Amino acid sequence: MVETRPFLTFVTHLVLILGVVMIALPIWITFVAASHDDIRMTQAPIPMLPGGFFWENFKRTLFGSGLAGNEITPVWRMLFNSLVMALAIAGGKIVISLLSAFAIVYFKFPFRMGFFWMIFLTLMLPVEVRILPTFEVVANLGLLNSYWGLSIPLIASATATFMFRQVFLTIPDEMLESARIDGAGPMRFFWDILIPLSRTNIAALFVILFIYGWNQYLWPLLITTDSDMTTIVVSIKQMLEAAEQSPQWNIIMMTAMLAMLPPIIVVIAMQKLFVQGLTETDK
Amino acid sequence: MASITLDSLTKSYGQTEVLHHIQGEIQHGEFIVIVGPSGCGKSTLLRMVAGLETVTSGQVSIGDKVINDLEPADRDIAMVFQNYALYPHMSVEQNMAYGLKIRKFPKAEIKRRVEQAADILEIRDYLKRKPRQLSGGQRQRVAMGRAIVRDPQVFLFDEPLSNLDAKLRVQMRLEIRKLQRRLGVTSIYVTHDQVEAMTLGDRLMVLNGGYVEQFGTPIEVYEKPASVFVAGFIGSPSMNFISAQASKGQLTLPDGTTLASNTSANGPVTLGMRPEHLKQHGSGPIQLEVDLPEQLGATTLVHGRISGTELPITASLNGIHAASSGDVLRFDAPVEQMHIFDAQTGKRIE
Repeated sequence: MVETRPFLTFVTHLVLILGVVMIALPIWITFVAASHDDIRMTQAPIPMLPGGFFWENFKRTLFGSGLAGNEITPVWRMLFNSLVMALAIAGGKIVISLLSAFAIVYFKFPFRMGFFWMIFLTLMLPVEVRILPTFEVVANLGLLNSYWGLSIPLIASATATFMFRQVFLTIPDEMLESARIDGAGPMRFFWDILIPLSRTNIAALFVILFIYGWNQYLWPLLITTDSDMTTIVVSIKQMLEAAEQSPQWNIIMMTAMLAMLPPIIVVIAMQKLFVQGLTETDK
Repeated sequence: MASITLDSLTKSYGQTEVLHHIQGEIQHGEFIVIVGPSGCGKSTLLRMVAGLETVTSGQVSIGDKVINDLEPADRDIAMVFQNYALYPHMSVEQNMAYGLKIRKFPKAEIKRRVEQAADILEIRDYLKRKPRQLSGGQRQRVAMGRAIVRDPQVFLFDEPLSNLDAKLRVQMRLEIRKLQRRLGVTSIYVTHDQVEAMTLGDRLMVLNGGYVEQFGTPIEVYEKPASVFVAGFIGSPSMNFISAQASKGQLTLPDGTTLASNTSANGPVTLGMRPEHLKQHGSGPIQLEVDLPEQLGATTLVHGRISGTELPITASLNGIHAASSGDVLRFDAPVEQMHIFDAQTGKRIE
């Protein structure tokens, strides 16, 4: 809809700018807080302009012991833990969903629809609902405080299976028949035709799942007791209640900024494929 | 030798039999067109030869080898699909080479074959492009190129021209025919377009409701249609059918007109006359009351009824004719152009 009414244009811009300010202001405050020294952040009013301690805070947070007087793991280690977990969740979900969607769409086997509905049912059982039994299982397998324990219980995924099923259903049957005549076996077809054709969808899903994995809070909180295995999202919360002294906002805010960074990098790097994957319908 | 034998080929989906005991011998190098209305089972028949549908009973053989249970890849066939089914993420060259790559041909041999096919089809300039950068006609060529490089014993075409516009269709039709002559590969071509069928085929297999109505050369099918269905399906505009009574070589039409004929049949029959065979003649026995003339330039189609009845009849006149609604034109029905069919079974009576 194209309208040329100056007043409407003004109002829409105003609403947009307000929205942007509401979202951007906390991030700005985070940045400002991360660039002052310990003392300044405890004084009112809180500063609105950046100070000169940004790089010092950065080094102290990333490689140092973080909070003063606390035996906490350096933040780079937590970033690394988060990264491993997010990548394992995103990668694992994509691999498993691709294979299960491939089986459901292209193979006839007994109880095919039964399996389909079983996968569907898991949609109704997110981690939070099954968290105690899942914890029990993971604990019995001795996977507490390990990357396996962090990622495997979150990998099983119905949503991604569904999405790939839909993607595969849009690929014309002739593609399969043509590949059969060309002599491609099932796995060859999967690898040479299906994967390249779902490339953009895989990328879109990767972005979504990476962020999903990165933002996990409850599960890592539950199964990591060793501070070497904590993820960054969990650690921010722990920093707040760490010592008996007042919270060191500059360090906490720096950590928060570091925690925001990887999802942003992933989104920016994969933006083009991400948009294509969500909008492209033509195969 | 790549002859194809269809022996009592039957296909059922559950309880429903869709193809009934199809019988046919296809010679080496022959171009066979399977033609019929949609839903007659022609694509299913082709796909059974390709190995994309299972055979319920009967046998398909290529040469002396029964191929019922072979995978499509092991049948030494190549197929061109209606929507081309090119792999969208591969370049033209990769599309054509894919089948050879899977069969582990040496790289140099693949390159040689792809280039040779590209030369034949004049698509050498597009080898590096992706299918979506090509026009419909070019995609069609690539699809054929993909079939050619494999150097198979049999080509199968599943309505390959139906996605092209009318002009391009005529052009590609000629090219497919020339190509097939040149390569001499036994081919089966499925279409619902009777013009394509007439121009392409060495022989036509006319299918209707899962039965073979007639299997013969285009001229046989045109001149001696085996049934009312074939007579109506092949030829444009389609044949006029008038129910008549035959006795002692004479035909009596419902309006009382009697026509001389050479039929030996007696009793109720269906008389078939092609519009182009009705000869306008001042004292002809058939009176056509004009409803609507259609001027096509080279010919004029006159649609109307037999005077005094509601029986539709169409005549095709050469050149431009100024007939208007309500006029009565008289026609002769030449004895040798009459087709007499059994009124009950619809089969041809000689």
